[in-house]
Amino acid sequence: MTDTMIEARDVVRSFGQTPALRGATVAVAPGEILAIMGPSGSGKSTLLHCLAGILVPDSGEIHFDGRRVDTLDEARRSALRRDSFGFVFQFGQLVPELTAEENVALPLLLGGTRREAALRQARPWFARLGLDGLERRRSGELSGGQAQRVALARGLVTSPKVLFADEPTGSLDSLTGEQVLDQLIVAAREHGTTVVLVTHEARVAAYADRHVMVRDGKVAALAPERVLS
Amino acid sequence: MSVPLTLLGLLEREPSHGYDLKRDYDTYFGRGRPLPFGQVYATLGRLARDGKVVISEVQPGVGPERKRYVITEAGATEFDAWLTEPIEAEPHLQSVLFTKVVLALMLGRPAQEYLDIQRGAHLERMHQLTEIRRRGSLVDGLLADHGLFHLEADLRWIDTTVARLDALRAEVVKP
Ligand SMILES: Nc1ncnc2c1ncn2[C@@H]1O[C@H](COP(=O)(O)OP(=O)(O)OP(=O)(O)O)[C@@H](O)[C@H]1O
Ligand SMILES: [Mg+2]
Repeated sequence: MTDTMIEARDVVRSFGQTPALRGATVAVAPGEILAIMGPSGSGKSTLLHCLAGILVPDSGEIHFDGRRVDTLDEARRSALRRDSFGFVFQFGQLVPELTAEENVALPLLLGGTRREAALRQARPWFARLGLDGLERRRSGELSGGQAQRVALARGLVTSPKVLFADEPTGSLDSLTGEQVLDQLIVAAREHGTTVVLVTHEARVAAYADRHVMVRDGKVAALAPERVLS
Repeated sequence: MSVPLTLLGLLEREPSHGYDLKRDYDTYFGRGRPLPFGQVYATLGRLARDGKVVISEVQPGVGPERKRYVITEAGATEFDAWLTEPIEAEPHLQSVLFTKVVLALMLGRPAQEYLDIQRGAHLERMHQLTEIRRRGSLVDGLLADHGLFHLEADLRWIDTTVARLDALRAEVVKP
């Protein structure tokens, strides 16, 4: 079946005694932008981490591009994350010792691309995201919005199949946040990237094509159940 | 959207032909639902009958485009009163939704599911408005923003209500 890019089937995950997911099921189509909403502590980030192969479910399955991935060992999941996924998170993402362009190139460098080639691939993102001239700055010399755009470029530089974004505008004011989101959406549509966007803000979720709600570790659809044929 | 008052407002700028009024109405206020010519002239006719506009000159020729409409003192006063009067501050959605929620709880129906479906409808509309905002003109974008902020407020109310459904059920369901 190729109309699903990534999915979680009945995923259960606890942290010690704390159940975070209690049978979460969700599927994302290729090129789809899905927003995962829900109250604080409901399990949104845990679900995203399970989908992305950062966490392994206690039970249930994760499938990506037709393959089961939760049963892969850590090395293979790590390779999958590096080759097929991109990430944008809310906080502390840029390496302060590196310049902005080195930060963007980082996933390529970690994947074994040579330095010159990696930087050459990183640079076009600066113009694309309105960051011209900031290539050599360090993260401490960027505004919050600029840093978040650098993080977005880093998430997209490997042309991932799936971009995972957890509260990507969390610390930004609404106008700056909307600019970053707009660029995320434009870039994702241009490349056909599938996006899993975690947010508790409706205005952020409104950028997505479809919305689901995580409540008490389960996923609720927000439309009357459709019978899939 | 009050068509007569909007036309009065447009006439407050300058005397105009019906055609110009329709064009400006469609451009700024139509939102994809153009005003039919029939409604423009019917409305202007009623405004003229009520003394809020007069027909300033009848140019030679035939058809309604010979006529230019001018706002009167009475028309300007009415428009001014409308402009300065705040609009009903209570949105209606909450009261309808509130009624549904309370009835659902009273009847033992799944209130949370209904609210989730409403949330889905709101998010879908917010998505459409977000697309308009991203692609449209400034006028379209600001109108979309107005809608977005309202829908967002509704969603907050839905969140709050969902979080308090058990307490609300306890209040409205007789033991
Ligand atoms: N590393 C961890 N160790 C222990 N408990 C955890 C850990 N990560 C998450 N949890 C717990 O799992 C539950 C779900 O957390 P999760 O981070 O997935 O929620 P969330 O929906 O992302 O919340 P928020 O909107 O606040 O980010 C919470 O009760 C949380 O305390
Ligand atoms: Mg979280």
